Amino acid sequence: MIPELGHFALILALAMALVLAIMPMIGSLSNTPSWVALARPLAWGQFTFLLIAFACLVNAFLVNDFSVTYVAQHGNTRLPNIYKISAVWGAHEGSLLLWAFILSGWTLAVALFARQLPDVMIGRVLAVMGMISIGFLSFMLFTSNPFARTFPVPLEGGDLNPLLQDFGLAIHPPMLYMGYVGLSVAFSFAIAALVGGKLDISWARWSRPWTTVAWVFLTIGITLGSWWAYYELGWGGWWFWDPVENASFMPWLAATALIHSLAVTEKRGAFKRWTVLLSLLAFSLSLLGTFLVRSGVLTSVHSFAADPARGLFILIFLCIVIGGSLVLYAWRAPNVTSGGEFSALSRESLLLGNNLLLIMITAFILLGTLAPLIYDAFGWGKISVGFPWFNTMFVIFTPFLVLLMGLGPLTRWKQQDAADLVRQFRIALLASLGAGLLAALPLLHEGSVYAGLAVMLSVWLTTTLLLSLRKRLRHRQGFGAFLKDIRARGGGSYYGMLLAHFGVAVFTIGVTFVTLFDVEKDVRMAPGETLELAGYTFRFDGVEKIQGPNYRADRGTLHVSRHGQDVAVLKPEKRTYLVQTRPMTEAGIDAGFFRDIYVSLGEALDAGSWSLRLYYKPLVRWIWLGGILIAIGGLLAAFDRRYRLAVRRDVAATAAPPGDALATEGPA
Amino acid sequence: MSRKLRYLVPLAVFLLLAGLLFRGLSLDPKLVPSPLIGKPMPAFTLPRLQDPDATISDADLRGEVFLLNIWATWCTACRAEHDVLLQLARTGKVKLYGLNYQDQRPDAQRWLRQLGNPYVANAFDADGRTGIDWGVYGAPETFVIDRDGIIRHKHIGPLTVEVVNRDILPLIETLKSGRS
Amino acid sequence: MSTVKTILLAVLLTLSVSVFAAATLEAFKFTSAADEQHFKELIVELRCLVCQNQSLLDSDAELAHDLRVEVYDMLQAGQADTEIIDFLVARYGDFVLYSPPVKPSTYLLWFGPFVLLAVALVLLVFALRRQRHATDQKPITDMDRQQLDRILGKRGNRTDRES
Repeated sequence: MIPELGHFALILALAMALVLAIMPMIGSLSNTPSWVALARPLAWGQFTFLLIAFACLVNAFLVNDFSVTYVAQHGNTRLPNIYKISAVWGAHEGSLLLWAFILSGWTLAVALFARQLPDVMIGRVLAVMGMISIGFLSFMLFTSNPFARTFPVPLEGGDLNPLLQDFGLAIHPPMLYMGYVGLSVAFSFAIAALVGGKLDISWARWSRPWTTVAWVFLTIGITLGSWWAYYELGWGGWWFWDPVENASFMPWLAATALIHSLAVTEKRGAFKRWTVLLSLLAFSLSLLGTFLVRSGVLTSVHSFAADPARGLFILIFLCIVIGGSLVLYAWRAPNVTSGGEFSALSRESLLLGNNLLLIMITAFILLGTLAPLIYDAFGWGKISVGFPWFNTMFVIFTPFLVLLMGLGPLTRWKQQDAADLVRQFRIALLASLGAGLLAALPLLHEGSVYAGLAVMLSVWLTTTLLLSLRKRLRHRQGFGAFLKDIRARGGGSYYGMLLAHFGVAVFTIGVTFVTLFDVEKDVRMAPGETLELAGYTFRFDGVEKIQGPNYRADRGTLHVSRHGQDVAVLKPEKRTYLVQTRPMTEAGIDAGFFRDIYVSLGEALDAGSWSLRLYYKPLVRWIWLGGILIAIGGLLAAFDRRYRLAVRRDVAATAAPPGDALATEGPA
Repeated sequence: MSRKLRYLVPLAVFLLLAGLLFRGLSLDPKLVPSPLIGKPMPAFTLPRLQDPDATISDADLRGEVFLLNIWATWCTACRAEHDVLLQLARTGKVKLYGLNYQDQRPDAQRWLRQLGNPYVANAFDADGRTGIDWGVYGAPETFVIDRDGIIRHKHIGPLTVEVVNRDILPLIETLKSGRS
Repeated sequence: MSTVKTILLAVLLTLSVSVFAAATLEAFKFTSAADEQHFKELIVELRCLVCQNQSLLDSDAELAHDLRVEVYDMLQAGQADTEIIDFLVARYGDFVLYSPPVKPSTYLLWFGPFVLLAVALVLLVFALRRQRHATDQKPITDMDRQQLDRILGKRGNRTDRES
């Protein structure tokens, strides 16, 4: 009964989405405020019904209702409760439901928190989000219904993919989806502005915090995914340039370009057409990612069960959403006047350069990801494009990006005197070149050039940030003034930028050092045997059998010491889940700020000895530390006081009546 | 005019991409065509499946058009295509040889006893080395070889009646009749 | 019973796409750490054909195991990397290489990004030049400003304090 309730709630949500997509949009075009006013209640309704549907599916997993096909495939009575909940988004159908639910959540958030917007604008934004929702809900209802029943009812479920029975992966998809779907807000703002024919700086100001929040979620989601891959997959890798990883990285890059471009549009009124195009691009890339992951056109480590019929549905949906939005763009953009002139050396021009580089990087990742498909489609043979190619391209392109990142904050808007800029960054340049050389020289071997380059770029980034900070605080003496400045209007944006850019410096160092200087060894060890790796002594104390809730495991014990001092006891496991019997590795990791020690358990060999893989990974935590800093920076920027002030003032002031708003916001 | 056309560029790029993705839906990314097509078949000398003391080599097969089917008892798809192989053998249109790949000899012998034997002879490739030379990456796979010992076609995955009628038999007819 | 089977089969089909465990390398013997490193660097750039985007180093598929042994034997026999790569490409095609060879058919892949970059730079230069000759438009129109002030309830201090 409850699954039918869920199914019915989905249908009602679709009905809500249909009305939401049509009525407010028509109302906004035909000056019918009462139709426009439907948008907010409909957003509420859609959210409520999807909440019900989602709760029904969670319930089905919790009570082991194996009459629901999806639960029978991915649930299990012995699954711990937390993984019963995360099993909801563990495969195709349920993850779509999560996607749709999150979309309705964002829709409601816009309806609730974007009160400063004119009703017409809000109506249009929500209508566009309703259109996207129609696509996903009908996709779910027509091809991938999570509530479909099965008969006869099996006694036990197929269990959740063991790889996903992990805390990191339980929260990774929701974060990622918050990011993907959050970009639909920027998309909808852009479409609403294009429909209105009025792309002004207020549009950029409205769109900006939403875009930043979505970008923060995307950052967290990608960071979590990389961390999860590191400790769960058992080979110590944290990024493989797999199509699924690229599918999340491309929207992130486009969104990164977008938040910078939005800053220019908001502050200077320039780049309007470019910003609106990026808004469309960022969300389009997250839709493209959905297609790549679910259609089976590419081979990936983590893709969903592929189905060309689903692929076709998503492709048609892509054509409608992306194609439609680009037609609108081609029609409206030529009439947009771009303002905010600037000279060839100015913060605007540097940000334009940064945008261009980010989009170039996105483009080559897209090329590399789709290359196997392109070559196959044109009959040029089957090829694989893997990490060697991506790394090569990435290392060629990104240093320029970092150089610009250093210059940007030191440069003035509108016009910058070149000599003055050089005077400012002189010290940073010297410091970074010096540090780079210092790092490269003592390590003179194959990789030292890259180490030197990474240190140089990081020091360059850090010192230019410090110079910018000094400049900002020149007239604010004392720590109190500094704290006040953080909380001031515009303070969040500035310090958020500082933190996020610093995160990139930390990330760069982490990536380079762990890539160049990690030590790895495949060994065979008998109990009691010791072994040296990177200055650490590993003593293998044998393997014991343990019993988990839904798996059996062999658990090894290794004592790690250094110069006679105990460092850690690692307990790597090799699990065999009861239903899905493929062996899973759980690495034993001693995490540290400067290094990780990582052990994964291989196979039992003769006489109690085991094959083991030992790793020493210097600075690997800096990769995710960088990601966290970037995300916190984004949050600071998104919650800058000026956005909140705007909301509060608006609530205090009497809002303009809808009719008035229509008069000023009517179709161009 | 050209100013307005500029704004159509993103749409054009997307349409190209959409066309590519549409084409992708009907392609299988896991299907890797063999670079051996058009090349002489790799040499091998292996024990026979049914008679461990006798050997079979590529020279024994050469001389007429034949099929080489890679199979194993651990391969579920091989079970699925076995009836098709039997039917094909019964037509007498082409000689079918087998390469029993990374298998246990008793298992394979029992398989043929119980399900019927469509093969003229089977080579027994216990360690899969010959399989590597033939570029085998999973069973079942089926090669079509012409009378000069040149590999003409490779089918990856189980043979079905449809595949046999559409791809295999017409090719065999051409190879038999035409001057290849 | 048959339903359970069907479901299990469905699950298996689903999971053959998504499940994999880390490979355990056979206990290969190497004379030096450099040899071991060399072996790993070689096989990490070779793709396991039957797997879902995994290298020979990372996969524990049967074929990956066989090919590792093959590569190990060839290295021990003193064969050069290029010979080993040629050996595999002759059997499986360029698909086994994570780093596609540079040849006319892959120029698009290897040089495409730079062509794109060149085009982008040209566009950038044009955009900046056009910007310099731009007519003196006001960055923000008065109407925009009034509307923004009304909506955001802004008071006098209107410039942001970023330098």
